[in-house]
Amino acid sequence: MQEIKNYTINFGPQHPAAHGVLRLVLEMDGEVVQRADPHIGLLHRATEKLAESKPFNQSIGYMDRLDYVSMMCNEHAYVRAIEKLLGIEPPERAQWIRTLFDEITRILNHLMWIGSNALDLGAMAVFLYAFREREELMDCYEAVSGARLHATYYRPGGVYRDLPERMPQYRESPWHKGRDLQRLNAWREGSMLDFLDAFADDFPRRVDEYETLLTDNRIWKQRTVGIGVVSPEQARAWGMTGPMLRGSGIEWDLRKKQPYAKYAEVDFDIPVGVNGDCYDRYLVRVEEMRQANRIIKQCVQWLREHPGPVMVRNYKVAPPKREEMKDDMEALIHHFKLFTEGYCVPEGETYCAVEAPKGEFGCYLVSDGANKPFRVHLRAPGFAHLSSMDAIVRGYMLPDVVAMIGTYDIVFGEIDR
Amino acid sequence: MSGELSAFARQLSARLAEKIVTLGEWRGETVLEVLPENWLAVARALRDEAEFGFEQLIDLCGVDHLGYGEGEWDTEDVSSEGFSRGVEGLGPGRFDWSARPCVGRHPRRFAVVVQLLSLRHNRRLRLRGYCADDALPLMPSLTGVWPVANWYEREAFDLYGIVFEGHPDLRRILTDYGFVGHPFRKDFPLIGNVEVRYDEKLGRVVYEPVTSVEPRVGVPRTVRHDSRYEQARAEQAAERAADK
Repeated sequence: MQEIKNYTINFGPQHPAAHGVLRLVLEMDGEVVQRADPHIGLLHRATEKLAESKPFNQSIGYMDRLDYVSMMCNEHAYVRAIEKLLGIEPPERAQWIRTLFDEITRILNHLMWIGSNALDLGAMAVFLYAFREREELMDCYEAVSGARLHATYYRPGGVYRDLPERMPQYRESPWHKGRDLQRLNAWREGSMLDFLDAFADDFPRRVDEYETLLTDNRIWKQRTVGIGVVSPEQARAWGMTGPMLRGSGIEWDLRKKQPYAKYAEVDFDIPVGVNGDCYDRYLVRVEEMRQANRIIKQCVQWLREHPGPVMVRNYKVAPPKREEMKDDMEALIHHFKLFTEGYCVPEGETYCAVEAPKGEFGCYLVSDGANKPFRVHLRAPGFAHLSSMDAIVRGYMLPDVVAMIGTYDIVFGEIDR
Repeated sequence: MSGELSAFARQLSARLAEKIVTLGEWRGETVLEVLPENWLAVARALRDEAEFGFEQLIDLCGVDHLGYGEGEWDTEDVSSEGFSRGVEGLGPGRFDWSARPCVGRHPRRFAVVVQLLSLRHNRRLRLRGYCADDALPLMPSLTGVWPVANWYEREAFDLYGIVFEGHPDLRRILTDYGFVGHPFRKDFPLIGNVEVRYDEKLGRVVYEPVTSVEPRVGVPRTVRHDSRYEQARAEQAAERAADK
C-alpha cells in the first residue's frame, strides 16, 4: 500500500475566513490538523515606533487603527496611561461618557463578531441584521466625534467635547423618503441621549432576533458545540482574557475586578461559560451585549441628570476654548504650545489596562520626561489568543480551524500593530 | 526602597530577598528588577507559590534605553529670521554611530519587561531584567513557565534583537520574510533602510535603499524639567510627612 504523508496547506493570507491577513500554515493528516503555524505581521505598521516619534496627543488616532472594530476602548487604555503618568483625573461626566462609549464599542465589536463569525460558519443572514444595529451606533460615534470609525474622541483629561444636544437626522434623498425617512428619524427627534435611550429599549429585542437565528440552530450547534475546547488551565497558561477566559468558566472581568472609569458604580453581571467551547463563548458574547445594553441605560440616565465639564481645566494638557483665545494672551500661548510642542510627561512608567471587547487591552508607557513617549507597548488581546492557535486546534478538522479563528475574534490591526 | 512598602512588596522582598536588584512601588504598581541569572527562578517562584500565584503572563516586551532622557531640540543659531529649525540634534535614528547617545540613567541598553497578573489575588506585578551585554542581549526564555511567552519573545527578538535562550522557535514574527535589522532599536531610522517597488523589466518586486521619503521631524523631542513636577513632588512629600 502506498504510504500517505502529511501535507501542508496555506490558509490565507487572502482568505475570506482569515479575518484580514492571517497566513496559516497547516500541516494536515487528511482532514485533521497536525500542526498550525500562524504567520502574522502582514499588517505591521510599527504603531509603537511611530508613537515614539510624536507628541503624546498625536498618537491617539493611531489607537483607533489598532483594533479597528473596538476603537474607543483602545484609546481608553492609552489615555489612561498618560493620565496616570501626568497624575490627572478626568471630570466625572467625562468618565461616565467614557463608560457609555466603551459599552457602545463593546456592542459594535460583538455585532461585528457575531455577523462575521456566523458568516464564516455558513449563516449569511446574521451579518445583515448585525450591521443594521451597527449603523445606528456608528451614528453615535459620528455625532460626538465627526468620524464613524476612527474617532479620536478620548483625550488625556477627558473627552473631546460634550454629547450633542441634537441627534443628526437623515435628510430626504432619492434613497430615503416618505415613511422610510420617518422611520429612520423616529428616534432622532431629541438629543443623542434620547436616541441612545430609545436604542437601548429596543436592543434586547434585536439580540433576541440574532438568538432566534443561531442559538438553537442545528447547523450552528454542529459547528460550535464541543469545538475548540479551551480548558481553564490552558486559558490561564496562554494569557487569555475577556470572553476567551470567561468562556472557560473563569469569572474575570477588569470592569469588576479592577474597575476604571465609572464601572464601579454601574450594575451589571459577568456571564461565564461552562465547557469552554466555541458555543459557550458565543453565549458569553451574546449575554455581554445584553449587559452592555444595561450599562448604557444607566449611563444615559446619569448623564441626563448631571451636566458638567467633560475636560480638565488644566491648559497644559487640554486646549483652551476658542473664545478665551480671542482676548486672553495666556490662553493663546497655551494653545500654541500645546499644538506645537505638546506637553512633557513626568518621568516614569505605567501599565494601564481596560477590558476591551476582545479581552485585556493594555498600554505599557515609559516616559523619560520628554514631550514624546520613550516606549509604548500595546498589549493586544488577540496576539496572546492567536499564539495559542497551535495548542488548541491540533487534532481538530480543517473547518474547525475556521470556527476557532472566528471565536478568537481576531482583528489584525491589533495583532500586528 | 523606602520604608513604606505594601504588605505584598514586603512579602516579595522577604521571599526573594537575595534575588532582587530593586523593588519599587508607584501609584499601586509594583516593579521588581532581577538579574538574568535569577530570571527563571524568580518567574517559577512567582507562578507556583501560593502567596504570589501569578498564573498569567499578560505582556512581555523589550525596551531599548539608548538616548533615554535626551532631547533633540538643538537651536544653536538665531538670526533676524528666527531660530534654526532645531531638528539637527542627535535624535534617535539620525546620529552617526560614532556619535550615538549614551544609555542615560539606565544600567544597560536593553531590558525585558514582563507584566504579570494573578487572577487569584487580583494583583499585578511588573518584572524587569536588563540584558547583560549590549552587543548581544541575552535573556533566558520564559516559554517553559508561561507558554504564552513564546510569541511575545519572538516579537522582542524581532524588534529589538534580544535573544531568548531556550526558546524553542525563535523566528521573526512581525517583520517581513528576510528582513534585516531590528526595527524598534532606537538607532534604526524611522523611515527604514530599504523600500520595495515592483520592477516592470525584471517582473518582480525589488528592494532598494530608501529614496522616496526623507527623514524629517515635525515636532522635536524636548525634555523640560518643569517646575510644576518639582512642586507636586514637594507637596506629596509634605503630605506624607504630615501623615506620619
